[in-house]
Amino acid sequence: MPKSISQKPRVALFVTCLVDLFRPSVGFASVKLLEDAGCDLEVPMSQTCCGQPAWNSGDREDTKDLAKAVIKNFEGYDYIVAPSGSCAGMLKKHYPEVFAGDAIWEERVEKFAEKVYELTSFLVDVLKVEKVDAIVKADITYHDSCAGLRELGIQEQPRKLVNSIKGVKLKEMKDSDVCCGFGGMFSVKYSDISNSIVTTKTENIEAASPHMLLAGDLGCLLNMAGKLRRQESSIEVRHVAEVLAGMVDNAPIGERASKSGRP
Amino acid sequence: MVEITSPAFKANARSAMADEQLQKAMGHVRHNFIDKRATAAAGLDEFEDLRDSAVAIKNHVLEYLDLYLEKYEEKVIESGGHVHWAATAADARGQILDICRKAGAKTVTKGKSMISEEIALNDSLAANGIEPVETDLGEYIIQLRGEHPSHIIAPAVHVTMDQVREDFLKHHTHLPPDRPLDEPEQLLREARAILREKFLSADVGVTGANFLVAESGTSVIVTNEGNGDLTQTLPRIHIVIASIEKIVPTLEDMSQIVRVLARSATGQDMSVYTTLSTGPRREGDPDGPDEYHVVLLDNGRSSMIGTEFQDMLRCIRCGACMNHCPVYHAIGGHAYGWVYPGPMGAVLSPSLIGVDKAGHLPNASTFCGRCESVCPMHIPLPKMMRHWREREFEKHLSPATQRGSIRGWAWVAKRPLLYRTIASLSARFLWLLGGFNRRIKSLPLASGWTRHRDMPAPEGSTFMSQWREHQASLKGDL
Amino acid sequence: MSQRDEILGRIRSAIAPNGNDTERRKNLRTHLTSNGVIPKLPKSRAGIQTRFKERAIVADATVEFSKPEAVAKNISKYLRDHNLPAIIKTGDDQRLRKLLKGSDKLLEISRGISDGNDLVGVSHAMGGVAETGTLFMTSGKANPTTLNFLPETHIVVVNENDVEANYEDLLKKLRRKFGVGKMPRVLNMITGPSRSADIEQTLILGAHGPLRLHIIIVRN
Repeated sequence: MPKSISQKPRVALFVTCLVDLFRPSVGFASVKLLEDAGCDLEVPMSQTCCGQPAWNSGDREDTKDLAKAVIKNFEGYDYIVAPSGSCAGMLKKHYPEVFAGDAIWEERVEKFAEKVYELTSFLVDVLKVEKVDAIVKADITYHDSCAGLRELGIQEQPRKLVNSIKGVKLKEMKDSDVCCGFGGMFSVKYSDISNSIVTTKTENIEAASPHMLLAGDLGCLLNMAGKLRRQESSIEVRHVAEVLAGMVDNAPIGERASKSGRP
Repeated sequence: MVEITSPAFKANARSAMADEQLQKAMGHVRHNFIDKRATAAAGLDEFEDLRDSAVAIKNHVLEYLDLYLEKYEEKVIESGGHVHWAATAADARGQILDICRKAGAKTVTKGKSMISEEIALNDSLAANGIEPVETDLGEYIIQLRGEHPSHIIAPAVHVTMDQVREDFLKHHTHLPPDRPLDEPEQLLREARAILREKFLSADVGVTGANFLVAESGTSVIVTNEGNGDLTQTLPRIHIVIASIEKIVPTLEDMSQIVRVLARSATGQDMSVYTTLSTGPRREGDPDGPDEYHVVLLDNGRSSMIGTEFQDMLRCIRCGACMNHCPVYHAIGGHAYGWVYPGPMGAVLSPSLIGVDKAGHLPNASTFCGRCESVCPMHIPLPKMMRHWREREFEKHLSPATQRGSIRGWAWVAKRPLLYRTIASLSARFLWLLGGFNRRIKSLPLASGWTRHRDMPAPEGSTFMSQWREHQASLKGDL
Repeated sequence: MSQRDEILGRIRSAIAPNGNDTERRKNLRTHLTSNGVIPKLPKSRAGIQTRFKERAIVADATVEFSKPEAVAKNISKYLRDHNLPAIIKTGDDQRLRKLLKGSDKLLEISRGISDGNDLVGVSHAMGGVAETGTLFMTSGKANPTTLNFLPETHIVVVNENDVEANYEDLLKKLRRKFGVGKMPRVLNMITGPSRSADIEQTLILGAHGPLRLHIIIVRN
């Protein structure tokens, strides 16, 4: 199936700082999915964070420094792929804004940004993956993370792949495209408002009565999982990559073991 | 002056979320407007093209705003009207007061106008012995309640029917107290009858404007109730109060934008009344005002031109951004603490009252981007909120702890080896805190988070360290 | 410095600090420079009229077609069906005068503005727009503006030839009639009867303006 090594696209995984810290399983799931799809995958070791927290806090100078480091580390690859719409959106859509008007960096950023993709859209839109091999017996609901949805147009791609998993039934929740209330620092700075928004979200999740909640961004997942755990819900929460890779034997996010009762 | 409570945004938001009546009322907002807009937009094949066309028109106007304003003024005067230029809110209040005094006005009826809120016209009229009467049903209700609008097109959206009934019973004391007031329709009929008298007896009528057409010196209001038309038709004097960016070059340009306005706002294809007014009563006219005045308000807008906030001057005040905003849904409009709520307010208010006062507003956003996606004028609202955050960061207006933690974190993130070490230690530490159940119930440095939800515990070691081991083991296997 | 000069000066220095206003003025759009994006509608007269009727009904108006000689009879029937007295107020519109000529037995007609005591106003529209079922009404002695708003029931007569596809078609006619850069004192674009949804978003017809809008399209 794989072409000769030289013909494989050289893909760098942008792990994202949240996956690195909280959920390495998502990183390994991403590696599996990309290698299965025929990529020559590498993980540049000097990566840290895309700089989004600084960017959204109004700290342009630090954002620039961090962005430059990311670009230098990753621009040599054919593609840069992140298991996050938010981080991929930062690299693809916001870096050009960070360097707008910067004569030295503008063109370089543009070339870099063209090669950046979120994981599921890279698999479907670029590699033309039609289905995955996984078998997971579960009713699943999918939350559209905002940046992926509105900055990168990711909506159909993860659903297409999830639907190809043997045993999965996709049960759409109401307002799956409405924010979960995470918003990075927002969830701590305006925690009461964030709580109100995530409470509406978990009501919608519960109403769909799935075994499992999936999304493509760990920030949103930590938020929704944190709320579901606090509410003693039985719904298990996972990153979409884990399920697509068939890696569902480990503990769900924020739990010792699944209590969802999926077969 | 409308009291500015934006600095107390967090406390405002908390009390709003604890307010049962408000939360009940907001329940209607969360879907109604959204579903209707979606249907209206889908019902017109050219909708997206019209959005682009509308954007192009406003961008063109902003490039030649001075010249279009001159042209507009010339045409208003030609049609027998008067133009008053107001640099500040106080100037506008003074000019309107002058006109009312000269006319010996006792009662002023008012069509719905956010500019009138911005300049706090009612307080100024009342302080000078002139009774302002709001005639839009929603505005009338909140005037009785001594409140301000919580939404730019649905001013009383935060009020429940039960509250309206209580207000009417309290204020309409000339009516029998046991009259039936259990249906919205009965409440509306009562307000209609009371306001009908006011329309017929007012000396001056004040309306806003959705557009000012330069070609013909025409002011345009877009309404549903008909109150704006009665306000401007029946009294002897009609005063239009409008901000300078309302200019469009021609009637055709107006038609372009009208096509996206109601669809984005209420989800109607067209509002019931789009009324174009040009000058005062003419020879042979049997009705209409004897005098027609336009007060053109700047109040900080000209200073937005040429800055990163210029795009905000494209705003047509449809309210789609707040209708789709999860933060607005949670807290309603009053929590924002000044005239303009929601995403458009989060960008505009700092421009008009200062980012030192309105600093919370551009920060209280998840950047979900839903506002921008429905804005008929494609205003990049999140991007402009971020620009405000940059201004705050530059001016050291953001809280010192927050600033310090961002800078400190960035310092570390620029040093990969140090970052690796700290990340590994954090992963280990948080893993320990997660205990048997793999979740953290309380975390002092993130108490905002753990007050409401658990913090899922990490898996124990970072991806990068696991990957390194994994690679090493692969090499070992070879 | 006057406030006018202060405001204009600030704008000018922001957008064209070194601009040549004579040159800049050449780029201003006057009328008819561009129509922009125009929604596509049926081309045929019949198609346009059908669409007008459909859209006006969506906006909660009622619509009927009528022969010229039957207009008075149809008005009186409409009033009877709504339990309204056969008393109407109209302006001085010549087309209306002609259509209602000899209807003294059917209708009691008084002429002039409305003072708020009329139950039924009858006006003649300048035209209708099929796109959204919108009527164009111009102010003046022929059709006083107060008749559009004060009576609870508003009956509007429009000639079938004046029902056009888009707003722009009627704006063109308006310019032909009033001249470039000139407007009637008031142009009311009316789409359905007045309404409010200000109480718990419950839509109720008949806010401050008419509760009913009935449109009679006159066939030639």
